Amino acid sequence: MLYPSQAVAKPYFITAIALFAVQVLFGLIIGIQYVMINIPFITFATAKLIHTNLLIIWLLFGFMGAAYYIIPEESEQELYNSKLAVLLFWVFLALTIITTLGYLLLPYATFAKITGNQFFPTMGREYLEQPTIIKLGLFAVLCGFSYNIAMTILHGRKTMINLLLLVGIVGSTIVFVFAFYNPSNLVLAKYYRWWLLHFWLEGTWELIMEAILAYIIFKITGDRAIVEKWLYIIVAVTLTTSVLGIGHHYYWIGVPEYWQWVGTIFSVFELLPFFFMVLFVFNVVNCTKCQYSNNAVKLWALSTPIMAFLGAGVLGFLHTLAPVNYYSHGTQITSAHAHLAFYSTYVMIVLTMVSYAMPILRDHKVINHGISQKLEILAFWLMTVSMSLMALFIAIAGIMQIYVQRATEIALPFIEIQNSMVVMFWLREIGGVVFFIGVIIYITNFFMVKKKYGTR
Amino acid sequence: MKIKISTKPIYYSSLIVLLLLGLTIHTTIVLPQRDHLTPQIIKGKMVWEEHNCIGCHTLLGEGAYFAPELSNVYERRGGSQGGIYFIKAWLKAMPTNIPGRRQMPQFNLTEDELNALIAFLKWTSEINTFSWPPSEKG
Ligand code: HEM
Ligand SMILES: [Fe+2]
Repeated sequence: MLYPSQAVAKPYFITAIALFAVQVLFGLIIGIQYVMINIPFITFATAKLIHTNLLIIWLLFGFMGAAYYIIPEESEQELYNSKLAVLLFWVFLALTIITTLGYLLLPYATFAKITGNQFFPTMGREYLEQPTIIKLGLFAVLCGFSYNIAMTILHGRKTMINLLLLVGIVGSTIVFVFAFYNPSNLVLAKYYRWWLLHFWLEGTWELIMEAILAYIIFKITGDRAIVEKWLYIIVAVTLTTSVLGIGHHYYWIGVPEYWQWVGTIFSVFELLPFFFMVLFVFNVVNCTKCQYSNNAVKLWALSTPIMAFLGAGVLGFLHTLAPVNYYSHGTQITSAHAHLAFYSTYVMIVLTMVSYAMPILRDHKVINHGISQKLEILAFWLMTVSMSLMALFIAIAGIMQIYVQRATEIALPFIEIQNSMVVMFWLREIGGVVFFIGVIIYITNFFMVKKKYGTR
Repeated sequence: MKIKISTKPIYYSSLIVLLLLGLTIHTTIVLPQRDHLTPQIIKGKMVWEEHNCIGCHTLLGEGAYFAPELSNVYERRGGSQGGIYFIKAWLKAMPTNIPGRRQMPQFNLTEDELNALIAFLKWTSEINTFSWPPSEKG
């Protein structure tokens, strides 16, 4: 660690990992409900809410940790206000806990009533289920975070990596304003909901991911010039394809027909930035020469672009053409893509960062101790393989669903079709259990083994 | 170190952003011309949101994939002949408690809320979606 203020990243990373485990646990609960086993005390909707909301929240914790770690180093400058960073951590954690408890303990409608949703209705939309006041709190946290990062960079050295991170962070904060816009026309409400979701996932978050990846690759190779050259190309391609790529969410929600053309034409190329990321890491990282010894980090960093290319790029491409999307929209296919894309792009980049930074934050002199490296690499394979298989099983379920529900003359009722796919849902749940075992190994390694053996 | 920055991508991105803004303005202007919203429909949308129906169902294909698509449920269940009565009876009959079948909770909606919700679902079923979903089963 070069700057003491980088240490504020630590609680962020630890919280991210802890919430990750909880998120996966709730995934297992809804997976069980998919195989027709009703469990008492928790409805599918509640567990699903916590599963998806915690995902977004812990990834944000991870991004914040990454930024607080990277920015001082890149700016050659202590963090502008590390007290603010600590304060925001506690506020963010409190918001997360209150919201999760609210979901768990109250019926959703009651939660909406007591938080005054009727005065400013923003709840009850996918991924934006949080009460309006919680959204305001979240917005405040994002603003404080952006301010802190911006001021640090303003006073320090400007590099392509920290500027890109800044654009990603400030952009995410600005785009979050759309969380508060919920017009009473359902079609418009859907239209603007995607300004938040698409522009986060395929816009500002993607820029953050690219900046973190570039930082890690720079740390592995030590060659800034070549990293910046690639980064420039990747970012240019991301921006030119993603903006109008938003049209791929507008095919069937009641907006004018030209969106089918716009969405199809532009989103086809959204696979390119991921393709360039793969080229980037494999051209730049020549591990016969590089001195860097943390093998787990290398594995995470090199695999992230490949998996992102598959999960976001290829799986995204497969259902992004309007004529294909006509059949796949709103089926298990969407779920398969969402799982692999989130895991491969954002979960993996945060874990890469944690893997890189935590040993340093803990002051370990030697970071490639045998046992701990082996365990982390085992966790990597368990998670990555099981998530890929889960996506495959869900995609097969999706194809079956399309076939019997949409592509035949006499379609069966929804519930009967779901019953007929129960084998796939079982396989998915088994995949989930293996994934969870991977998470447990990852955590045990981090909090027990690395602590014990980290320093030789 | 200095890197040579070509301005071309910035130029193209700006063009694309302008195009997005233009299309958005057009979309935002044409939509309210065909929507005919009533206070009851607006209330129905709020009932829909405050009970987190998308936690299980999809509406125009967005939501969870655990329960059936509902943008066309009004028509699927007989429209003005049957849709109204079916949806009401359905919501009142939940949960079915049939073993091995996915369960929907009882929301205890008032008569007023039920009527608003049905008005909202009827309105939704009339949105021009270029004949999506592909089959009436959703
Ligand atoms: C950057 C990583 C990406 C992430 C994290 C991501 C995640 C998601 C999520 C969460 C959804 C909505 C799922 C739901 O509503 O349940 C979605 C939908 C979609 N994504 Fe992505 N995505 C990514 C990249 C891409 C790319 C590159 C493409 C296209 C080339 C793409 C194409 C689509 C399409 C077409 C849909 C709409 C599916 C439908 O509802 O019919 N995605 N994505
Ligand atoms: Fe998208």
